[in-house]
Amino acid sequence: MQKFTILTSVAAPLRETHLDTDVIFPARFLLLPDKKGLGEQLFNERRTNRTGEGPRFVLDTPPFDKAQILVTGNAFGTGSSREQAVWALADFGIRCVIAASFGEIFFANCVKNGVLAIVLDEAAHEAVMKESESGRPLTIDLAAAQIRFEDGTTLAFDIDPHRKRTLLEGLDEIGLILTDDGDEIAAFEARQRAEKPWLYLSDEQVAVLRQP
Amino acid sequence: MTGKTLYDKVWDSHVVKQYDDGSALLYIDRHLVQEVSSPQAFDGLVEAGRPMRRPDKHIAVADHAVPTRLRHLPMPDGLASRQVSRLMRNVEKFGVPYIDMNDRRHGIVHVIGPELGFTLPGVTLVCGDSHTSTHGAFGAIAFGIGASECETVFATQALRQRKQKRMRVWLDGSLGVGVSVKDIILALIAKIGTGGGFGYAIEYAGSAVAELSMEARMTLCNMTIEAGSRVGMVAVDGTTMDYVKGRPLAPAGELWERAVAEWRDLRSDDDAEFDREIRLDVSQIAPHVSWGTTPEETVPVTGQVPDPAAEPDPARRARLQKSIDYMGLAPNTPLRDIAIDRVFIGSCTNGRIEDLRKAASVVEGRRVAAGVSGIVVPGSASVRIQAEAEGLDRIFKDAGFEWRDSGCSMCVAMNDDRLAEGERCASTSNRNFEGRQGKGGRTHLMSPEMAAAAAVMGRLADVRQLKG
Ligand code: SF4
Repeated sequence: MQKFTILTSVAAPLRETHLDTDVIFPARFLLLPDKKGLGEQLFNERRTNRTGEGPRFVLDTPPFDKAQILVTGNAFGTGSSREQAVWALADFGIRCVIAASFGEIFFANCVKNGVLAIVLDEAAHEAVMKESESGRPLTIDLAAAQIRFEDGTTLAFDIDPHRKRTLLEGLDEIGLILTDDGDEIAAFEARQRAEKPWLYLSDEQVAVLRQP
Repeated sequence: MTGKTLYDKVWDSHVVKQYDDGSALLYIDRHLVQEVSSPQAFDGLVEAGRPMRRPDKHIAVADHAVPTRLRHLPMPDGLASRQVSRLMRNVEKFGVPYIDMNDRRHGIVHVIGPELGFTLPGVTLVCGDSHTSTHGAFGAIAFGIGASECETVFATQALRQRKQKRMRVWLDGSLGVGVSVKDIILALIAKIGTGGGFGYAIEYAGSAVAELSMEARMTLCNMTIEAGSRVGMVAVDGTTMDYVKGRPLAPAGELWERAVAEWRDLRSDDDAEFDREIRLDVSQIAPHVSWGTTPEETVPVTGQVPDPAAEPDPARRARLQKSIDYMGLAPNTPLRDIAIDRVFIGSCTNGRIEDLRKAASVVEGRRVAAGVSGIVVPGSASVRIQAEAEGLDRIFKDAGFEWRDSGCSMCVAMNDDRLAEGERCASTSNRNFEGRQGKGGRTHLMSPEMAAAAAVMGRLADVRQLKG
């Protein structure tokens, strides 16, 4: 997984709340087979004017079309668990999303893809939103857990230590579990099987299940 | 020592390892696999050259993208058929049990898991789908995960998780005539908001819950995710046992007795403590209908579209205006004056036999209004077969509804069942997000009875006025 250490970029201000994953990545595109290229469909319905004259969606408006940070309101990424919402953001180039609150599954999906999701309280959130709207770049320093403005203003953010380490080191979580905890999983299974055998399908049950 | 909540009991019995930072490695007993969230998870295994740890802990089914008519024909070539064949190739390769769309056991993951007895009391169950909360109706910890976590479960049968805070929602009193559990959950979401459950596992308790059937409890837990919580649970009681007994994958004989002895304890202890408690008197709840584009934008059917001008907070005012514009409504319009074009009865929220019975009881002897088209999509083949045995299909067809095969259908519009731009739909599904039922489509969420009433009246309607 791609590491996340320090990122400096303009931040796209998206002053909206309740942007659910259906808005971030509409369901009909879930049929697309690859992760690559999904940035095309990011916020598809909002991006009706991508290159023409007149008002455009913030991610199609320079300099924010190159933004690697997205700043948005509360309840971002609620709804469907589709990881495509994160893949599409990442494919577009977004490495960090800052919001007042997140849908929980979306939040969990971010870290799996090297995307840093930051929750800020109201005052800090508004300050970051204003700074983004100015078009001045922000710096996100994950090791220090800080957001820095060009003028030197520094805001701290909270991050769970495991999530932080996973991002900083670009850890392969599955590999870690397999090497560090594989024996414990096997021991747990043996114990559970002895105590609660009904949790393990019998051969006959599996056979019935496999019968068309 | 204080007692334990139901959530704590199930959690504690699945901890493989406790980490220093407070998170735990949780063993996962059951994994439901569908075509949309699994391809990248299977690919991940292949790329890393990892085996699947236990193929017998998974069941796969294609429910989102499959057509709901002409199923005996091959699916027309396209992205949907390719997604379904990709799932078939993957399950074949990894030896995962698979249920074909023409199998009598086919259906939406959250309908067939319980039907098969794959969902059992006290298990941990996951699926790459947010409505996995449904299975919490069985006193299970069941939650939705993303594709990366599906891959983790394939490879390790475990997930690193943090324990949630606990919220208890007390539901007391008896439901009025024409009011259903869908109205309870919509009223709860309207009250606490789509973020009200962030960080919590919710347990539903109280006399009204004890009276609910398993189907109704599933509806309740299903939409818990719309209140922001990944986990919704109900304690195990006689109703739970009666439902589970005799299911193909449920324990039988001596094992059944042993399991039941354990399951009896799957309830919160009397002195268990919760971080938050909410009480709702369900006898005060009227049928609810969503008017906007998030499930919290829901009001009693006797109400009206809100007026943004009356909202002092600028951010909230902007949000209301956005929803009103998308929905093509005018402020202060009484809900019952809103005409509809389409009706969808189905989904993992309301596609079970009880739901179809209730809708049919409203439709019987009536006709779908002129200019309105409606489809009824059973949540599973076994629901369809049962409904046909009871003659419900005839009632729907006689009224002018189309009667379909099982699947997600117009809940998510990934097959060919979808709204056209600007069309307005009375829907028994769970999400009224922009574009959810098709690009530019407008969704009003409600119960099966209310959707049936809307179909007959051609507009949003109060089923209580129709019934008498
Ligand atoms: S019926 Fe709708 S909500 Fe339920 S699993 Fe299918 S798409 Fe998801």
